[in-house]
Amino acid sequence: MINKIGVSAAEAVADIGDGASVMIGGFGEAGSPIELIHALVDRGVRNLTVISNNTGSGRVGLAALIANGQVAKMICSYPRSANSLVFPELYRAGKIALELVPQGTLAERIRAGGAGIPAFYTATAVGTQLGEGKEVRSFAGRDYVMERGLRADFALVRADRADRYGNLAYTKTARNFGPIMCMAARTAIVQVRQVVEPGGIDPEAVVTPGIFVQRVVEVASPQQESLLVKEGRVYP
Amino acid sequence: MTATTNGEWTRHDMARLAARDIHDGAYVNLGIGIPELVAQCVPAGQEVIFHTENGLLGVGPSPVPGSEDPELINAGKKPVTAISGAAYFHHADSFAMIRGGHLDVSVLGAMQVSATGDLANWSTGEPDAIPAVGGAMDLVAGVKRVVVLMEHTTKSGDPKIVARCSYPLTGIRVVDRIYTNLAVIDVTAEGLVARELAPGVTFENLQAKTGAPLIDGRDHRS
Repeated sequence: MINKIGVSAAEAVADIGDGASVMIGGFGEAGSPIELIHALVDRGVRNLTVISNNTGSGRVGLAALIANGQVAKMICSYPRSANSLVFPELYRAGKIALELVPQGTLAERIRAGGAGIPAFYTATAVGTQLGEGKEVRSFAGRDYVMERGLRADFALVRADRADRYGNLAYTKTARNFGPIMCMAARTAIVQVRQVVEPGGIDPEAVVTPGIFVQRVVEVASPQQESLLVKEGRVYP
Repeated sequence: MTATTNGEWTRHDMARLAARDIHDGAYVNLGIGIPELVAQCVPAGQEVIFHTENGLLGVGPSPVPGSEDPELINAGKKPVTAISGAAYFHHADSFAMIRGGHLDVSVLGAMQVSATGDLANWSTGEPDAIPAVGGAMDLVAGVKRVVVLMEHTTKSGDPKIVARCSYPLTGIRVVDRIYTNLAVIDVTAEGLVARELAPGVTFENLQAKTGAPLIDGRDHRS
Protein backbone atom coordinates (compact mmCIF):
# COMPACT_ATOMS: atom_id res chain seq x y z
CA MET A 1 0.00 0.00 0.00
CA ILE A 2 1.23 3.47 -0.80
CA ASN A 3 1.26 5.76 2.20
CA LYS A 4 3.40 8.90 2.08
CA ILE A 5 2.02 10.31 5.31
CA GLY A 6 4.80 10.51 7.90
CA VAL A 7 4.65 10.96 11.63
CA SER A 8 6.69 14.07 12.29
CA ALA A 9 8.63 16.88 10.68
CA ALA A 10 11.81 15.62 12.38
CA GLU A 11 11.38 12.16 10.85
CA ALA A 12 10.60 13.64 7.42
CA VAL A 13 13.89 15.57 7.23
CA ALA A 14 16.05 12.94 8.99
CA ASP A 15 18.04 11.99 5.87
CA ILE A 16 18.94 15.53 4.78
CA GLY A 17 22.70 15.58 5.23
CA ASP A 18 25.60 18.01 5.10
CA GLY A 19 26.09 19.56 1.67
CA ALA A 20 22.57 18.79 0.43
CA SER A 21 20.74 21.05 -2.00
CA VAL A 22 17.31 22.01 -0.71
CA MET A 23 14.52 23.89 -2.46
CA ILE A 24 12.33 25.74 0.02
CA GLY A 25 8.91 26.92 -1.11
CA GLY A 26 7.24 30.19 -0.24
CA PHE A 27 7.03 33.80 -1.35
CA GLY A 28 7.77 35.69 1.82
CA GLU A 29 5.82 33.85 4.49
CA ALA A 30 3.07 32.71 2.11
CA GLY A 31 3.72 29.02 1.53
CA SER A 32 6.86 28.90 3.66
CA PRO A 33 7.06 25.47 5.35
CA ILE A 34 8.14 26.84 8.70
CA GLU A 35 7.81 23.63 10.74
CA LEU A 36 9.87 21.63 8.23
CA ILE A 37 12.54 24.36 8.18
CA HIS A 38 12.69 24.37 11.97
CA ALA A 39 13.12 20.59 11.92
CA LEU A 40 16.09 21.13 9.60
CA VAL A 41 17.49 23.74 12.01
CA ASP A 42 17.18 21.11 14.76
CA ARG A 43 19.20 18.64 12.68
CA GLY A 44 22.05 21.13 12.49
CA VAL A 45 23.33 19.90 9.12
CA ARG A 46 25.65 22.35 7.40
CA ASN A 47 26.97 23.49 4.06
CA LEU A 48 23.51 23.46 2.47
CA THR A 49 22.68 25.06 -0.87
CA VAL A 50 19.21 26.56 -0.53
CA ILE A 51 17.04 27.52 -3.48
CA SER A 52 14.22 29.84 -2.40
CA ASN A 53 12.78 33.11 -3.70
CA ASN A 54 13.69 35.09 -0.57
CA THR A 55 15.96 34.73 2.45
CA GLY A 56 13.42 34.83 5.26
CA SER A 57 12.59 37.50 7.79
CA GLY A 58 13.40 38.08 11.44
CA ARG A 59 15.14 35.12 13.08
CA VAL A 60 12.65 32.33 12.43
CA GLY A 61 12.03 29.95 9.51
CA LEU A 62 14.49 30.28 6.63
CA ALA A 63 16.23 33.21 8.37
CA ALA A 64 16.88 30.94 11.39
CA LEU A 65 18.42 28.28 9.14
CA ILE A 66 20.72 30.93 7.66
CA ALA A 67 21.49 32.51 11.05
CA ASN A 68 22.45 29.08 12.37
CA GLY A 69 25.28 28.98 9.84
CA GLN A 70 23.81 26.00 7.98
CA VAL A 71 23.54 27.58 4.53
CA ALA A 72 26.68 27.98 2.39
CA LYS A 73 24.90 29.32 -0.68
CA MET A 74 21.54 30.87 -1.55
CA ILE A 75 20.04 30.75 -5.03
CA CYS A 76 17.24 33.32 -5.07
CA SER A 77 15.70 36.33 -6.79
CA TYR A 78 15.09 38.73 -3.92
CA PRO A 79 17.35 38.27 -0.90
CA ARG A 80 16.29 41.42 0.93
CA SER A 81 12.95 42.58 2.24
CA ALA A 82 11.51 44.67 5.04
CA ASN A 83 12.45 42.31 7.86
CA SER A 84 15.39 40.41 6.40
CA LEU A 85 18.22 40.97 8.87
CA VAL A 86 20.24 37.80 8.83
CA PHE A 87 21.14 37.32 5.18
CA PRO A 88 22.41 40.90 4.54
CA GLU A 89 24.66 40.67 7.60
CA LEU A 90 26.23 37.34 6.59
CA TYR A 91 26.46 38.34 2.92
CA ARG A 92 28.32 41.57 3.73
CA ALA A 93 30.65 39.58 5.99
CA GLY A 94 31.37 37.18 3.11
CA LYS A 95 30.00 34.23 5.05
CA ILE A 96 27.33 33.17 2.55
CA ALA A 97 27.38 32.93 -1.24
CA LEU A 98 24.60 34.28 -3.45
CA GLU A 99 23.51 33.31 -6.93
CA LEU A 100 21.02 35.99 -7.94
CA VAL A 101 18.49 34.83 -10.55
CA PRO A 102 15.59 36.78 -12.09
CA GLN A 103 12.39 35.46 -10.57
CA GLY A 104 10.90 34.12 -13.80
CA THR A 105 14.19 32.50 -14.75
CA LEU A 106 14.35 30.92 -11.28
CA ALA A 107 10.83 29.51 -11.69
CA GLU A 108 11.53 28.26 -15.21
CA ARG A 109 14.87 26.72 -14.20
CA ILE A 110 13.05 24.78 -11.49
CA ARG A 111 10.22 23.78 -13.81
CA ALA A 112 12.70 22.72 -16.49
CA GLY A 113 14.73 20.72 -13.98
CA GLY A 114 11.61 18.89 -12.92
CA ALA A 115 10.67 18.22 -16.54
CA GLY A 116 14.06 16.77 -17.48
CA ILE A 117 15.12 19.79 -19.54
CA PRO A 118 18.81 20.57 -18.90
CA ALA A 119 18.83 24.08 -20.37
CA PHE A 120 16.69 26.59 -22.24
CA TYR A 121 16.91 30.06 -23.80
CA THR A 122 15.20 33.17 -22.47
CA ALA A 123 15.16 36.88 -23.32
CA THR A 124 15.23 37.77 -19.63
CA ALA A 125 18.52 39.39 -18.51
CA VAL A 126 19.95 39.79 -22.02
CA GLY A 127 22.47 42.66 -21.94
CA THR A 128 22.42 42.94 -18.13
CA GLN A 129 24.82 41.94 -15.36
CA LEU A 130 22.75 38.83 -14.73
CA GLY A 131 23.20 37.74 -18.34
CA GLU A 132 26.99 38.18 -18.29
CA GLY A 133 29.03 35.09 -19.06
CA LYS A 134 26.03 33.17 -20.34
CA GLU A 135 25.80 31.73 -23.82
CA VAL A 136 23.77 33.99 -26.13
CA ARG A 137 21.91 32.75 -29.20
CA SER A 138 19.74 34.60 -31.64
CA PHE A 139 16.37 33.22 -32.72
CA ALA A 140 14.30 35.09 -35.32
CA GLY A 141 16.46 38.17 -34.83
CA ARG A 142 16.22 38.39 -31.05
CA ASP A 143 18.95 37.52 -28.54
CA TYR A 144 18.39 35.02 -25.74
CA VAL A 145 20.63 33.75 -22.92
CA MET A 146 20.98 30.10 -22.05
CA GLU A 147 19.87 29.13 -18.56
CA ARG A 148 20.21 25.72 -16.96
CA GLY A 149 17.50 23.59 -15.43
CA LEU A 150 17.72 23.31 -11.68
CA ARG A 151 17.26 20.19 -9.57
CA ALA A 152 17.76 19.58 -5.88
CA ASP A 153 18.20 16.69 -3.48
CA PHE A 154 15.20 17.78 -1.42
CA ALA A 155 12.27 20.18 -1.50
CA LEU A 156 10.49 21.51 1.58
CA VAL A 157 7.03 22.74 0.64
CA ARG A 158 3.81 23.77 2.34
CA ALA A 159 0.41 22.91 0.90
CA ASP A 160 -3.11 22.93 2.30
CA ARG A 161 -4.33 19.35 1.90
CA ALA A 162 -2.87 16.00 0.88
CA ASP A 163 -4.00 12.40 0.65
CA ARG A 164 -1.83 9.33 1.28
CA TYR A 165 -0.84 9.25 -2.42
CA GLY A 166 0.72 12.69 -2.01
CA ASN A 167 -1.82 14.52 -4.16
CA LEU A 168 -1.81 18.18 -3.11
CA ALA A 169 -4.06 21.21 -3.08
CA TYR A 170 -2.83 24.63 -2.03
CA THR A 171 -4.23 27.89 -0.66
CA LYS A 172 -4.39 31.09 -2.74
CA THR A 173 -1.01 32.75 -3.34
CA ALA A 174 0.68 30.31 -0.93
CA ARG A 175 0.93 27.96 -3.94
CA ASN A 176 3.76 29.94 -5.61
CA PHE A 177 6.89 27.74 -5.94
CA GLY A 178 5.44 24.60 -4.30
CA PRO A 179 4.28 22.65 -7.35
CA ILE A 180 7.46 23.16 -9.39
CA MET A 181 9.76 22.47 -6.45
CA CYS A 182 8.00 19.16 -5.82
CA MET A 183 8.72 18.31 -9.47
CA ALA A 184 12.39 19.29 -9.34
CA ALA A 185 13.48 17.58 -6.12
CA ARG A 186 14.53 13.98 -5.80
CA THR A 187 12.70 13.90 -2.47
CA ALA A 188 9.82 16.34 -2.02
CA ILE A 189 8.72 16.76 1.60
CA VAL A 190 5.42 18.58 2.13
CA GLN A 191 3.73 19.88 5.24
CA VAL A 192 -0.03 20.22 4.96
CA ARG A 193 -2.74 21.63 7.16
CA GLN A 194 -4.91 18.58 6.67
CA VAL A 195 -4.58 14.99 5.50
CA VAL A 196 -7.68 13.77 3.70
CA GLU A 197 -8.85 10.35 2.45
CA PRO A 198 -8.03 9.45 -1.17
CA GLY A 199 -10.67 11.19 -3.25
CA GLY A 200 -10.96 13.91 -0.63
CA ILE A 201 -9.35 16.25 -3.13
CA ASP A 202 -11.41 16.27 -6.34
CA PRO A 203 -9.08 14.80 -9.03
CA GLU A 204 -9.98 17.81 -11.18
CA ALA A 205 -8.67 20.09 -8.43
CA VAL A 206 -5.41 18.28 -7.62
CA VAL A 207 -2.64 20.81 -8.26
CA THR A 208 0.38 18.61 -7.59
CA PRO A 209 -0.16 14.97 -8.57
CA GLY A 210 1.23 12.58 -5.96
CA ILE A 211 3.96 11.22 -8.24
CA PHE A 212 5.94 14.39 -7.49
CA VAL A 213 5.65 14.00 -3.71
CA GLN A 214 7.56 11.55 -1.50
CA ARG A 215 6.67 12.53 2.07
CA VAL A 216 3.78 14.34 3.74
CA VAL A 217 3.58 15.65 7.31
CA GLU A 218 0.40 17.03 8.82
CA VAL A 219 0.82 20.30 10.72
CA ALA A 220 -2.74 21.28 11.56
CA SER A 221 -1.93 24.74 12.92
CA PRO A 222 1.28 26.03 11.34
CA GLN A 223 2.99 29.00 12.96
CA GLN A 224 2.64 32.31 11.17
CA GLU A 225 6.06 33.74 10.38
CA SER A 226 5.03 37.41 10.45
CA LEU A 227 3.53 37.03 13.93
CA LEU A 228 6.69 35.37 15.23
CA VAL A 229 8.76 38.18 13.70
CA LYS A 230 6.50 40.81 15.25
CA GLU A 231 6.96 39.16 18.65
CA GLY A 232 10.72 39.17 18.13
CA ARG A 233 10.93 35.40 18.40
CA VAL A 234 14.19 33.60 17.68
CA TYR A 235 14.42 29.96 16.64
CA PRO A 236 15.59 27.71 18.23
CA MET B 1 -6.46 67.14 -14.71
CA THR B 2 -5.77 68.39 -11.21
CA ALA B 3 -2.28 69.48 -10.34
CA THR B 4 -0.36 70.66 -7.33
CA THR B 5 0.00 74.42 -6.86
CA ASN B 6 3.43 74.41 -8.52
CA GLY B 7 1.80 73.19 -11.71
CA GLU B 8 3.31 69.68 -11.56
CA TRP B 9 1.33 66.48 -11.55
CA THR B 10 0.86 64.58 -8.31
CA ARG B 11 1.55 60.85 -8.08
CA HIS B 12 -2.18 60.30 -8.29
CA ASP B 13 -2.35 62.40 -11.48
CA MET B 14 0.47 60.31 -12.96
CA ALA B 15 -1.38 57.12 -12.09
CA ARG B 16 -4.57 58.49 -13.61
CA LEU B 17 -2.78 59.35 -16.85
CA ALA B 18 -1.31 55.84 -17.02
CA ALA B 19 -4.69 54.25 -16.27
CA ARG B 20 -6.33 56.36 -18.99
CA ASP B 21 -3.97 54.82 -21.57
CA ILE B 22 -4.70 51.20 -20.60
CA HIS B 23 -7.25 49.67 -22.93
CA ASP B 24 -10.46 47.97 -21.86
CA GLY B 25 -9.88 44.27 -21.30
CA ALA B 26 -6.13 44.59 -20.72
CA TYR B 27 -4.14 42.27 -18.48
CA VAL B 28 -1.80 44.45 -16.45
CA ASN B 29 1.03 43.95 -13.96
CA LEU B 30 1.73 46.78 -11.54
CA GLY B 31 5.14 47.22 -9.94
CA ILE B 32 5.70 48.18 -6.32
CA GLY B 33 5.40 51.86 -5.33
CA ILE B 34 3.78 54.61 -7.45
CA PRO B 35 2.56 52.05 -10.05
CA GLU B 36 0.29 50.49 -7.40
CA LEU B 37 -1.86 53.67 -7.52
CA VAL B 38 -2.93 52.82 -11.09
CA ALA B 39 -5.32 50.17 -9.75
CA GLN B 40 -7.41 52.92 -8.11
CA CYS B 41 -7.61 55.00 -11.28
CA VAL B 42 -9.21 52.72 -13.87
CA PRO B 43 -11.89 54.80 -15.62
CA ALA B 44 -15.52 53.80 -15.03
CA GLY B 45 -16.80 51.38 -17.65
CA GLN B 46 -13.33 49.91 -18.28
CA GLU B 47 -12.45 46.41 -17.15
CA VAL B 48 -8.79 45.75 -16.45
CA ILE B 49 -7.45 42.51 -14.92
CA PHE B 50 -4.48 42.94 -12.60
CA HIS B 51 -1.82 40.25 -12.41
CA THR B 52 0.60 39.72 -9.56
CA GLU B 53 3.63 37.57 -10.28
CA ASN B 54 3.28 35.53 -7.10
CA GLY B 55 0.35 33.71 -8.64
CA LEU B 56 -2.91 35.63 -8.95
CA LEU B 57 -4.81 37.00 -11.93
CA GLY B 58 -7.64 39.26 -10.75
CA VAL B 59 -6.14 41.25 -7.88
CA GLY B 60 -8.88 43.16 -6.07
CA PRO B 61 -8.81 46.13 -3.70
CA SER B 62 -6.93 46.14 -0.39
CA PRO B 63 -8.71 44.12 2.30
CA VAL B 64 -10.62 45.91 5.04
CA PRO B 65 -8.47 46.07 8.18
CA GLY B 66 -8.82 42.90 10.23
CA SER B 67 -9.63 40.68 7.24
CA GLU B 68 -6.09 40.37 5.87
CA ASP B 69 -5.06 36.86 4.81
CA PRO B 70 -1.30 36.08 5.00
CA GLU B 71 -1.80 33.60 2.16
CA LEU B 72 -3.33 36.22 -0.16
CA ILE B 73 -0.65 38.81 -0.94
CA ASN B 74 0.81 40.73 -3.87
CA ALA B 75 4.37 40.84 -5.19
CA GLY B 76 5.18 43.52 -2.62
CA LYS B 77 4.05 40.99 0.03
CA LYS B 78 1.14 43.24 1.02
CA PRO B 79 -2.29 41.74 1.72
CA VAL B 80 -4.72 41.99 -1.20
CA THR B 81 -8.08 40.53 -2.18
CA ALA B 82 -9.08 38.50 -5.22
CA ILE B 83 -11.96 39.54 -7.49
CA SER B 84 -14.80 37.19 -8.29
CA GLY B 85 -13.46 35.35 -11.32
CA ALA B 86 -9.84 35.40 -10.16
CA ALA B 87 -7.40 32.55 -10.77
CA TYR B 88 -4.47 31.25 -8.74
CA PHE B 89 -1.48 29.50 -10.32
CA HIS B 90 2.09 28.51 -9.56
CA HIS B 91 5.17 30.58 -10.27
CA ALA B 92 6.19 28.96 -13.56
CA ASP B 93 2.70 29.55 -14.99
CA SER B 94 2.73 33.09 -13.66
CA PHE B 95 6.01 33.86 -15.41
CA ALA B 96 4.85 32.06 -18.55
CA MET B 97 2.16 34.76 -18.66
CA ILE B 98 4.89 37.39 -18.35
CA ARG B 99 7.65 35.87 -20.48
CA GLY B 100 5.31 34.37 -23.05
CA GLY B 101 3.96 37.80 -24.02
CA HIS B 102 0.45 37.24 -22.66
CA LEU B 103 0.32 40.34 -20.46
CA ASP B 104 -0.58 43.61 -22.19
CA VAL B 105 1.00 46.24 -19.94
CA SER B 106 3.71 46.35 -17.27
CA VAL B 107 3.80 49.49 -15.14
CA LEU B 108 7.13 49.92 -13.35
CA GLY B 109 9.04 52.38 -11.23
CA ALA B 110 12.55 53.37 -12.33
CA MET B 111 15.80 54.84 -11.17
CA GLN B 112 16.81 55.77 -14.73
CA VAL B 113 15.46 55.50 -18.27
CA SER B 114 17.74 56.15 -21.25
CA ALA B 115 16.96 57.98 -24.48
CA THR B 116 16.64 54.63 -26.22
CA GLY B 117 14.38 53.06 -23.58
CA ASP B 118 16.97 51.19 -21.53
CA LEU B 119 15.69 50.75 -17.99
CA ALA B 120 17.61 50.69 -14.70
CA ASN B 121 15.43 49.88 -11.71
CA TRP B 122 16.92 47.01 -9.70
CA SER B 123 20.33 47.97 -8.33
CA THR B 124 22.40 51.03 -7.48
CA GLY B 125 25.48 48.92 -8.11
CA GLU B 126 26.99 50.11 -4.82
CA PRO B 127 29.49 47.59 -3.43
CA ASP B 128 27.70 47.00 -0.11
CA ALA B 129 24.20 46.84 -1.62
CA ILE B 130 22.38 43.52 -1.36
CA PRO B 131 21.47 42.79 -4.98
CA ALA B 132 17.83 41.83 -5.47
CA VAL B 133 16.07 41.65 -8.83
CA GLY B 134 12.71 39.93 -8.33
CA GLY B 135 10.63 39.80 -11.51
CA ALA B 136 11.68 43.11 -13.11
CA MET B 137 13.91 41.62 -15.81
CA ASP B 138 11.21 39.12 -16.77
CA LEU B 139 8.53 41.81 -17.01
CA VAL B 140 10.54 44.08 -19.32
CA ALA B 141 11.63 41.16 -21.50
CA GLY B 142 8.19 39.67 -21.95
CA VAL B 143 5.28 42.07 -21.50
CA LYS B 144 3.93 43.66 -24.69
CA ARG B 145 4.03 47.26 -23.47
CA VAL B 146 6.30 48.57 -20.72
CA VAL B 147 5.55 51.95 -19.15
CA VAL B 148 7.39 53.74 -16.35
CA LEU B 149 5.93 55.92 -13.60
CA MET B 150 8.53 58.00 -11.78
CA GLU B 151 9.52 61.42 -10.52
CA HIS B 152 11.21 63.35 -13.32
CA THR B 153 14.37 64.02 -11.31
CA THR B 154 16.12 62.58 -8.26
CA LYS B 155 15.67 64.15 -4.83
CA SER B 156 18.81 66.18 -5.50
CA GLY B 157 17.45 67.39 -8.86
CA ASP B 158 19.45 65.21 -11.24
CA PRO B 159 17.67 63.96 -14.37
CA LYS B 160 16.37 60.38 -14.26
CA ILE B 161 15.86 60.43 -18.02
CA VAL B 162 19.41 60.23 -19.33
CA ALA B 163 21.41 59.67 -22.50
CA ARG B 164 22.81 56.42 -21.06
CA CYS B 165 21.95 54.74 -17.76
CA SER B 166 24.74 54.79 -15.19
CA TYR B 167 23.03 52.20 -12.96
CA PRO B 168 22.99 48.47 -13.84
CA LEU B 169 20.41 47.73 -16.53
CA THR B 170 17.17 45.82 -16.11
CA GLY B 171 16.68 45.59 -19.87
CA ILE B 172 17.79 47.15 -23.15
CA ARG B 173 15.35 49.16 -25.33
CA VAL B 174 12.34 48.04 -23.33
CA VAL B 175 10.47 51.18 -22.18
CA ASP B 176 7.64 52.45 -24.40
CA ARG B 177 6.31 55.43 -22.41
CA ILE B 178 7.33 57.44 -19.32
CA TYR B 179 4.92 59.25 -17.00
CA THR B 180 6.55 61.76 -14.65
CA ASN B 181 5.35 64.64 -12.47
CA LEU B 182 6.26 66.93 -15.38
CA ALA B 183 5.34 65.17 -18.61
CA VAL B 184 4.27 62.13 -20.60
CA ILE B 185 7.13 61.07 -22.86
CA ASP B 186 7.26 58.38 -25.54
CA VAL B 187 10.39 56.46 -26.45
CA THR B 188 10.40 56.30 -30.27
CA ALA B 189 12.82 55.37 -33.02
CA GLU B 190 13.33 59.12 -33.60
CA GLY B 191 14.06 59.80 -29.94
CA LEU B 192 12.18 60.92 -26.84
CA VAL B 193 8.92 62.65 -27.72
CA ALA B 194 7.11 64.82 -25.13
CA ARG B 195 3.40 64.20 -25.65
CA GLU B 196 1.86 66.07 -22.72
CA LEU B 197 3.16 68.56 -20.18
CA ALA B 198 1.86 69.25 -16.69
CA PRO B 199 0.01 72.61 -16.55
CA GLY B 200 2.85 74.61 -15.04
CA VAL B 201 5.63 73.17 -17.17
CA THR B 202 7.10 74.66 -20.35
CA PHE B 203 8.91 72.61 -22.97
CA GLU B 204 12.14 74.54 -22.30
CA ASN B 205 11.84 73.89 -18.58
CA LEU B 206 11.19 70.19 -19.23
CA GLN B 207 14.21 69.94 -21.51
CA ALA B 208 16.39 71.58 -18.86
CA LYS B 209 15.44 68.84 -16.39
CA THR B 210 15.94 66.01 -18.88
CA GLY B 211 19.34 64.46 -19.59
CA ALA B 212 18.64 63.68 -23.25
CA PRO B 213 17.19 65.66 -26.20
CA LEU B 214 13.39 65.88 -26.37
CA ILE B 215 11.18 66.31 -29.42
CA ASP B 216 8.11 68.49 -28.92
CA GLY B 217 5.35 66.10 -29.89
CA ARG B 218 2.43 67.86 -28.22
CA ASP B 219 -0.87 67.82 -30.03
CA HIS B 220 -1.38 71.57 -30.42
CA ARG B 221 -4.85 71.11 -31.85
CA SER B 222 -6.28 70.32 -28.41
